[in-house]
Amino acid sequence: MPWSNQGGGGGRKGGGPWGQSPDGNGKQQPDIEDILKRGQDRIKEVLPGGGGGRGLVSLLVVIGLLASVFYLFTVRVNPDELGIVTRFGKYDRQLNPGLNFRLPPPIEEVFTPKVTVVNRLEVGSGHNTDAQGNFASRDNSGQNLMLTGDENIVDVDFNVFWRIKEPRDFLFNIKDGREFLNNRQSVTVRDVAESAMREVVGKNDIQPILTQDRVKNEEAVRGLMQRTLDSYKSGIEITQVQMQKVDPPAEVIDAFRDVQAAKIDFETAQNTAQSYANKVVPEARGDAERIRQEAQAYREKIEAEAIGEADRFSKVYEAYKLAPDVTRKRIYLDTMQRVFSNMNKIIIDQKGQGTGVVPYLPLDSLQKSTTAAGQ
Amino acid sequence: MRSFLTTLLVLLVMLGLLVYNSVYIVGQNQQALVLNFGKPSAQISEPGLHFLIPVAQNVEMFDKRLLDLDTEPQEVSVSDQKRLRVDAFARYRIDDPLKFLQSVGSEEGARQRLNAFIGASLRSVVAGATFRDLVRDKREELMHRIASEVNLKASELGVTVVDVRIKRADLPEQNRQSVFARMKAERQREAAEWRAKGEEQSRRIRAEANRNVVVLTANATKDSESIRGEGEANSNKVMATAFSKDADFFAFYRSMKAYEGSLQANDTRVLLSPDSEFFKYFADPNGKRSPVTK
Repeated sequence: MPWSNQGGGGGRKGGGPWGQSPDGNGKQQPDIEDILKRGQDRIKEVLPGGGGGRGLVSLLVVIGLLASVFYLFTVRVNPDELGIVTRFGKYDRQLNPGLNFRLPPPIEEVFTPKVTVVNRLEVGSGHNTDAQGNFASRDNSGQNLMLTGDENIVDVDFNVFWRIKEPRDFLFNIKDGREFLNNRQSVTVRDVAESAMREVVGKNDIQPILTQDRVKNEEAVRGLMQRTLDSYKSGIEITQVQMQKVDPPAEVIDAFRDVQAAKIDFETAQNTAQSYANKVVPEARGDAERIRQEAQAYREKIEAEAIGEADRFSKVYEAYKLAPDVTRKRIYLDTMQRVFSNMNKIIIDQKGQGTGVVPYLPLDSLQKSTTAAGQ
Repeated sequence: MRSFLTTLLVLLVMLGLLVYNSVYIVGQNQQALVLNFGKPSAQISEPGLHFLIPVAQNVEMFDKRLLDLDTEPQEVSVSDQKRLRVDAFARYRIDDPLKFLQSVGSEEGARQRLNAFIGASLRSVVAGATFRDLVRDKREELMHRIASEVNLKASELGVTVVDVRIKRADLPEQNRQSVFARMKAERQREAAEWRAKGEEQSRRIRAEANRNVVVLTANATKDSESIRGEGEANSNKVMATAFSKDADFFAFYRSMKAYEGSLQANDTRVLLSPDSEFFKYFADPNGKRSPVTK
């Protein structure tokens, strides 16, 4: 039967939801065929003189009708969506994901916002050209500059993650709720984000903003945004605010980097000096020890020498005591002998000359001749 | 039979048209104003299906949601003579459709009027605040004040301004440059300070090290001197003890050693008289010609 194949195909094509619904499988096919056959029979009865071709057309009409009825009376809600139904414009009920019954428009209308999807809004990274064209979010230097509390300027890029928490509020309380379903943009979130970020940045000083207070500020912006959006009963939940780039403006970033370099210079100077100290002081300690050791050595040396000398004297004295006069003479003569033996000696008889040695001075000039004469 | 059917069909169509023209739908996000030949007769804020008398009545629809309003950015002066470029936005709601219809007619009209109101309030409120108030301390309060001031006038338009927020409060371009210059100067000062601090630390550490070196050496010298002194004292003591046994002999003995030690080899020339003790027997074997006789 060629038309049964056609019928099945037509059914799938004609009713949009059929193709996606669970009853589009083969098990259902005989039933549908059955119904179609019966319908065909009835049409045949009503319309007299119908041939084979005419029957086929009627069959298609019936299939089309059934498909459109199905289409009009059901709605598919995807797993990430919730269905909001209005009856004659008035909110009626909420649909869970799956195939749902509804009355056809204009009696009932269904909106299916994605409630589990987290939307991301980038502010400042060049994506946000202002719809109104005035005061484009990025200025001509390509930065998203804002004033800090201590009258400095920072360049901040940030992301806002948000989702539709109360679809009913989102759709019916704020203007951009329905537009969002089409263009995925929310003016409200953008405006509130910019305002909140600037307010938080304006309350703080530049240094903490650039460094340790990032997380704190993110949380503050999130809180402020949430409060504002709640006051609008917007049904929006801000899940996270994330600072992407927090920098000094490009015009002054070199100066900021130089501060970092200066801090490193500070460390370096300190370390160099410390290493100098670490070298010099131990060396001095070593030197000090050397000086002490030398002194100790000297002390021990002269003490030993003194003892030696005293000992020697004592021994000599012991001997001397036995025969003082003789020993004294002997020592004298021994010594003199040793002393004179290697010397240039000039012996002058004072009595003979009467004038002493004076006439022979200066002695140095006479040295040679006298030496010669002596020999 | 056929003409009856036609009549029935026509009647049905007419009935349909009548019904179609006598109902209207007010959406969840809408409110409506019903006009009797142009005269306002009823305000419908309940969403749903409503009826009206065709031809005699018509309906104007208004939004019930919170509406956006983005103002033109403008330069304003704050009380301390500084200028700021302020961009604000507002959220408002149509409260009284009749007033709204009479005064502005459309959202576009409302936007223009509100823009002017907000601009004026912004200027007057901001003019009384300092730069610091606006940027830092009282932003929220100022925004509330603007909103309430705007609301006084906005009620004439049948709208309520729910919120006015300053989206941006930035410096105009030329002032921005001077802020950049100041920021740069501050950072340069900070950098110079760090470097100077580094120099300070460096010098301090070096000076301390040098001091330690001097002190260590001096202490060592001190110890050294006292050790040497001690050694000398001990040595003197030892020798004195020994030598004092016979001072006379010590003098003789030590002199002998000294002669021997000091009068060395060839560097000394000595003039001797034959009268000296050494030559006592030089001329006389009996030693009678002693120097004493002289």
